This record gives sequence, C-alpha cells and structure tokens, in this order.
Amino acid sequence: MTPDRAISLIQERFGLQAAGEGRSLTVEQLPVERWEEFFGFAKDTLGCRFFSFLTAVDWKEQGLEVVCRVENLDAGVGILAKCRLGADPRCPTLTRLYRGADWMERECYDMFGVRFDGHPDLRRILLAQDWEGHPLRKDYAVDTPHAPYR
Amino acid sequence: MPDLEARRVIELGYGGNERLVMNMGPQHPSAHGVFRMILTLEGETIAALDSVIGYLHRCHEKLGETLTYAQYPSIASKTDYVAAMTSELTYVMAAERIGKIEVPKRAQYLRVLVAELQRIASHCLWLGTWCLDMGGALGGGATVFLYCFRERELVLDLFEALTGARLLYGFHQVGGTRYDLPEGWAQRCRDTVALIDRRLDEYEDMLESNTPFLIRSQGVGVVSRELAQEVGIAGPLLRGSGVDFDIRRDDPYSSYGDFDFKIPVETGGDCYARYRVRMQEFRESIRIVRQVLDGLPEGPISSKPALKSVGQVRIPKGETYARVEGPRGEVGCYLIADGGPKPYRMKWRGASFSNLAILPHIVPGHKVADVVAIMGSVDPVFGEVDR
Amino acid sequence: MRDVIAAFILLNAVVLIVTYLTYVERKFAARMQSRIGPYRVGRPHGWLQPIADAIKLLIKEDIVPALADRPVYNLAPIVFLIPSLLIFATIPFAPGLGLADLNIGILFFLAVSSLEIVGLFMGGWGSNNKYALLSAMRAVNQIISYEVPFVLTALIPVLLAGSLQLSAIVESQRGLWFVAYPVIGQLAFIAFIIATIASENRVPFDILEAESELVAGFRVEYSGMKFALIQLAEYTHMFGVSCLGALLFLGGWLGPGSAHPVVGAAWFLLKALFIFLLVTWVRWSFVRIRVDQILGLSWKVLLPATLILLMATGFWVAWSGGRVA
Repeated sequence: MTPDRAISLIQERFGLQAAGEGRSLTVEQLPVERWEEFFGFAKDTLGCRFFSFLTAVDWKEQGLEVVCRVENLDAGVGILAKCRLGADPRCPTLTRLYRGADWMERECYDMFGVRFDGHPDLRRILLAQDWEGHPLRKDYAVDTPHAPYR
Repeated sequence: MPDLEARRVIELGYGGNERLVMNMGPQHPSAHGVFRMILTLEGETIAALDSVIGYLHRCHEKLGETLTYAQYPSIASKTDYVAAMTSELTYVMAAERIGKIEVPKRAQYLRVLVAELQRIASHCLWLGTWCLDMGGALGGGATVFLYCFRERELVLDLFEALTGARLLYGFHQVGGTRYDLPEGWAQRCRDTVALIDRRLDEYEDMLESNTPFLIRSQGVGVVSRELAQEVGIAGPLLRGSGVDFDIRRDDPYSSYGDFDFKIPVETGGDCYARYRVRMQEFRESIRIVRQVLDGLPEGPISSKPALKSVGQVRIPKGETYARVEGPRGEVGCYLIADGGPKPYRMKWRGASFSNLAILPHIVPGHKVADVVAIMGSVDPVFGEVDR
Repeated sequence: MRDVIAAFILLNAVVLIVTYLTYVERKFAARMQSRIGPYRVGRPHGWLQPIADAIKLLIKEDIVPALADRPVYNLAPIVFLIPSLLIFATIPFAPGLGLADLNIGILFFLAVSSLEIVGLFMGGWGSNNKYALLSAMRAVNQIISYEVPFVLTALIPVLLAGSLQLSAIVESQRGLWFVAYPVIGQLAFIAFIIATIASENRVPFDILEAESELVAGFRVEYSGMKFALIQLAEYTHMFGVSCLGALLFLGGWLGPGSAHPVVGAAWFLLKALFIFLLVTWVRWSFVRIRVDQILGLSWKVLLPATLILLMATGFWVAWSGGRVA
C-alpha cells in the first residue's frame, strides 16, 4: 500500500480527492452517512489498523467537524478523515471497528457534545458527570462562572 | 467469560457467585497520580474494570486556544510533566510545520539531545515506579526505585544546568531552542550517560535473574498485535507487542535521520516484553546522545529572534498533525492555525491517554496483584491522560 | 513471685530488643539502597529513632471507622500481640536462662505462634474495609499453607536430636550444628528460611500487607497505638522465629566461652540477628509474588520437599542413630 494507491482507491470508492502531505493523507468533506463505511474500508482495504486519535473542531456557524486519524503502520500511510455534522451533532460510532475509539469518542462527546450513535457507553470521561456545557465549543464562555466548585 | 470461570475454579477453587466491588484510587499508593479503578472481583480475580479519569483535567486544548504560540510551549510541558521536553517539542513542531519555519541544524541536534536525555530520565522513573508497584515500598521494589531515582537525578541536574529548571523546562520555542549548551556541559553529559550505561547492567543483573520478578512480569497483561493497533497504544507498548514502528525512524523529524540507532521490538506482548523494550531503548538513547554530542554543528540555535512579546510569533492559516516519539509513545499535536497569534484549535493526542485505554481490555481475568503490575508497565502519566 | 519478676524482665527485654530490631532493619535496608537511614534523632546515627517513633505513635489520635465491628476491631491488636510474646516463654537464651524450658518446648512454640492468624483475621474482618477483608482472606490462605511446611522443617532437628525440648536440641548440637549436617542440614535450613519468610508475611510473600495493591492490608484502618501494637507483634513474632531458627539450626547459645550465661546469650542473640538479617536481605531484594503463585509454591514444591526431607532424615536417624561419621 502506497499513498498514491490509497488516493486512487479512495477516489474510486468514495469519489473524494485525498490531499497528500508526504505519507499522510487528508480526506475532507466525508458524508456523515459514509463515516463508518469509510473507516471499515480504511481498516480492511487500506490496512489502516492503527487508531491514532479522534476529535472534533467547532467551525462556529458552519457547525462541528469530526476528525479522525488512522494509520497503516507497516506501509506508513496515515489517513486523516473529516466529516461535517449538521445542526444536531450526531455521528456513527467507530467502536465496532476500533476499540480505541471508545475513550476518544467519549472525550469528544464530553468536550463538544457530539453524540456517537451506537457507542456502548457514551458518558463524560474527563469532566464530572453532572458538568454543564461542552467546553471546547467556541460558544462556551470561559468566564461564565459555572459551578465546578461545590 | 467462560475461560475466566475456568481459571478461577482451577486456580483457587472459588466457586461462589458473590462479587465484590472494590474501589482502587484516586488516592492509592500505586495509582501513579490520580486514577480510579472500579474493580469487580470474584475472589481475587477481576471480572470487570471501569476506569475513571479526569481528576487532573485542566483543558489544555482550550488553554491552547487562548495562549499565543510564544506562551503555550512552556505550558505544553505540563501535559506530560515527566517528559516535558517531548510535549514542548510536539507543539513547536506543529507550529513550525504550518508556518514552514526552518530550524537551524544546531537547534535540531539540541532538540534530539534533550529528547533522548528526557527519555532516559522518564524510563528511569518508569522502572523505579513499576518495581515499586510490584515489590512494594517495604520490599525489593523500593530498592530498585531508589537506584533509579539516583540516576534520574543526574539527568535532571543536566537539565537544570541547561535550562535552570528540573521538571518543566520551556526549552523549545518556535524556530529553535531557547538555550545553548553551557561551558563544560557536553563533557558532564558524556560522564553521566556513561555512568547510567554501567548502572543499567546492574539493573538487568538484579532483575532478570530474579525469579519473583520474572514470574510477576512474564505472561501478565498480554496485548496482542491486533489489539494494540486497534486501541492505538504506542511507543514501547506497541513495540512490546511485536509492531515494528517508531516515529523517529518511520516519520523522521528534527534530524533523526542523521543518527544510527536500532528500534527494539519484542513479540511477547506481556509486561516483560515491555520491560525489555524499554531497557533496550535506554541503551539506544544513550547511543544517540553520544552521536549528537560528537556531531553537534556550530551555528545559531534559533531562526527567530529572541522573544520580546507574547504575540510576536504569527503562523499563517493552515493545519497539520505533528507527532513525536515520546518516552510513552506517539505524542501528537493536531493544530489548526487561522493566521492570528493564537491557534484556532489544538488537539493533544496524549500517548498515556491511548495507552491507558488498553486497561479495560486486558485486565479482566487477572488477579488484583496483576492490576498494579500491568498499570506500571503501561506507564501512564496522568497529566497527559487528563490534559 | 520469682517467675513473675522473671517474666516481667523478659517481656521488657524482648520489647526493647524488638524496638531496636526495627532500627537495625532500617539501617540495613538503607545500606542496601545506598542511603543513610535514620540519622537525625539522637547522635550518633539516630539511635533514638525507635523511641521517637514509639512516642509519636502513642500520642497519635486513635481513629475507629464508623462502621467497624468495634469489639472485634479493638481486640484484634491484642489478640495479635499475645501469641507473639507468649512464644518467648519457652525459648532458652542460655543454659538456665529461660522462663520455662518445657520438655515439649518446640510443640508449644509452634502451637502458640500459629495463633497469630486469629488476631490478624479479626483485624481484617473487624475493620469493615474491603482491602482489609481481601488481605485477611489472603492471610488465612497463606499462613495455613505455610504452617505445614514450617512445622515439618522444624521437626527435622527434633528427629536429629531425639527430643522436643529446645535446650536438649541445642545441647545435641554440641558436636556439630544441625545446619552443618551434610545435605539434610542445609536443605532443611533453606526450607526453614523460606517457610519463615512466608509465615512472617515478609517480601516476597507479603501479599497480606501488599501496600501497592491493598494499601496496608489488614491494618489499613488502624492508627496510633493500635497500629503500633500490630507492628510490635509482627516484629516480635519475626524475632521469635529467628530465635527458633538459631536454636534449631545454628546451635543456640553454643560458641566459644558459652559456659557463661551472658556470653551464651550473646551468641544466641547474634545468631538470631543473623537469621533476621538474612530474611531482611531477601526482603529488600525481591518483588512480591502473587497469591496463586505463593500457594502453588507451598503445596506443589515446599510441602512435598519437606516431607521427603523429613522421611529421609527419619530413615537416616534410624539407620545410623543420628551420628555424623
């Protein structure tokens, strides 16, 4: 598996142009319905079995974007895929494909409020269970006195 | 879990159905910080594990959005405070990559030098605390612990002479490093690594012919190659499971390509394999340190002027994922810059966070005593887990 | 009356020796770990440290957990301490220098010393703490498993000497200490040391204390003087078993000039100290092994080995009359 071959395979199956920076590819604008399918394809066909990280970015009025990176360690091909979510931030879970997605998706839910459908145990991980709001969203006011000290 | 049932009956003959829920941490001698495990026990055997993290959460990712590129590197060192040099390096590398900022050769070499010294110090801490977990503060573990701390102090002394700080350094800045080597430092460094090299033989003698140590670590906490990759554990844990991957060689940064070193790989996947990988990494780090000192080029240590104001460094619009092979594995920084003095978004991929996520997958079926052995071999630093 | 005074003197002497044994151990451990150990309290070399520790523990607040089983919890340290002190009743320090030289001395010793498990389990159960409970469970498993090989190894000198009386066992070593008996002596001594470490819950067999897993095991809820009593009981027991080892294998008080009781007692204490330091040396060099491995070692290795050794000794005594060469 080489980066070029991966680019052409992605093009063929998903019709998306993967941008390459060295051996690291970036796939933008993945439709949310094909999110799980894409990573199933990345794992089985492209051999990206290593789960690097999953997170989200808040693009303010353009909504949330989920970012996930997986890697084929033997061939050294890393794929960073992004997917825009709508007004209701829901996204299919990757826990069925990668067991490491469990904690990462919980963190993403904790920080951004993205709901991962099908996640076996979606609850806050870093913050207290009764925390209000999702701190990494841009509209979360740092100065607002929430009640962390009880 | 059928094989758990079988193990329990065969080994201890506990036939009862009563389960005991036991809380380990957040204040516990071997919690390695603040980590809470809720163990469900059947006799001595663990049936389930729920981990609670976040006690040390400071929301570094939000901090990264509110601090400038000049301010944050010294805060980055507070994520993995045992290996502060590598976390600083990750952040400045991400910023440099977006801004396409050249780093002078000497600065690159200095970065490698401190990163490898940091690895030695961090592995010393790991070996000491792991043995402390297995042997206890009132037993042989404490002996290894004190020996390791004796050596770690020497490395910290070197850092103190270099940066003035012993734990959180603020050594890196965008464009290079902040300090150059002081007079006589190189020779002192050579002496220190030579001493540690000799002491490593002592540790290996002491541990590898020690039957209790072997039976406690061999075959305990086995991580398969497949599971290791799926969970995304990295560094010595991944290499202990037979995956031959090291960012220093496979995605070189900061002139690592100039040095000759081996990547140790063990296929056992158990605590002992992870121990062997780290012991060999010690030696490879010492080799790299010597090569850096031999080949250190002259020249400037930074391509940017010395910092005068916090908003001085500006990075153009762009995004990247920069990663560094830290002592605990892949420390990554996913940075999105919007052209201002502060990043738009910064994501830390904490190596310890991913490594710790392996625990619920491998702990069930083991005894209570193995939990601490596995915990210790994973070597989490909670500043990095909770960020 | 005379016996009461003698017992009083003995008790106090034992407690004093044991207090200073902790100091010896700390200094010895410090040497092994390339540090100095207690140094500040009392010049030279912090010799007042054990006294300072004792005073500190005496004036600490005594905390009883709200949900503890109070009578059991409060009684446990005492129940734990009494057997440990009682074993000294039968130990002869020198010819004629002992409280009661019973003709079944070793039997008394073994019987009383294994009673410590009762206090230990009371402490673990009464604290109403899960760590303590797990530790108490482990304790019962471990002490019962190791009491058997311990008794079997202690019986080997009995067979060689042909007596259960401790002073007679020592006297019969006048020619050659039992540890020097070819093959049997050394093997029995090694087995005795292993069984001692295990029945004293020392590293590598200290799974009931196991501070990296169970925090402090059965004594996790104890504080102040109760904690001090438990600590005292452990060290007293350790010292008692070291004394037994010196009597059974190292010839007790025998040594140059041992006809004088003071010299004899000095030899005896030196030998007991040797065994104590041997156990300490092991303690500070090994990591702890797991509960299943400990039980496996006892039932699969140590017990058969000591049984075979005991049988071999029996045959040999029957054949040769117990004489060497």
